[in-house]
Amino acid sequence: MLKIENQEENGHNILLLKGEVDASNSVILDEAITQLVTNGSKSILVDGAGLEYISSAGLGVFMSYLEDFQEKEIDMKIYSLSDRVFEVFKILGLDQLIRIYPDKKTALLA
Amino acid sequence: MEHQMKISCQTTALSELRVFLKKTLGQLHMSDIDQHQITLAVEEVCANLIIHSHKCNALDYIQLKIKQNTGKLIFEITDEGKAFNMLDYEVPDLDKVKGEKRKGGLGIILVKKIMDEIEFESSKGTNTCRLIKWFQS
Repeated sequence: MLKIENQEENGHNILLLKGEVDASNSVILDEAITQLVTNGSKSILVDGAGLEYISSAGLGVFMSYLEDFQEKEIDMKIYSLSDRVFEVFKILGLDQLIRIYPDKKTALLA
Repeated sequence: MEHQMKISCQTTALSELRVFLKKTLGQLHMSDIDQHQITLAVEEVCANLIIHSHKCNALDYIQLKIKQNTGKLIFEITDEGKAFNMLDYEVPDLDKVKGEKRKGGLGIILVKKIMDEIEFESSKGTNTCRLIKWFQS
């Protein structure tokens, strides 16, 4: 089960992920990001506090946008991941490709 | 210890698989992070089979057996679909995945990094993938 809440705050678009991302629902995450990119967002913040699980299907969604983000100068940051979810990003080395912060405040200041 | 589960070849079965693994692995003394990673690796293999070998045909099934031997946990995944030996699969590097904007290929990297041994055999139409995790009980 995955729920994504979309918020706007001082020019940032915040996606709050709640639940589990797997091959059955990663398309929801994909669509949420596509929508922000299409609408011209320049700053996407992903709040991972409620993200209990993410499989390669979800990680692949983030990966597939990295080039677009660079080309369109979109700033994407992820914050508040639980230790066990952050470990999965680290196993793949995604912590080197995606900017990940411990909390929202640090992400906004970075 | 031996536990087993029959998994219908649809992606919505993956959450049931996680519930089963949580319950089974919860009986063992392992860290939350280990439990989470093992769950992920087993799910990645099952998701690959469901999507690529069985094209999400809910009438097909794959079988998961979990066995505990001295010092190791063995996850045996059998199916009768198109054989896919991940040991023959050349893992893409991350820059390539990023450059091609592809969403696949990461699952097998995870499985290979998380598990200590991987075995694959195919005989008379039945494929068996064994994921082995060394484990201090």
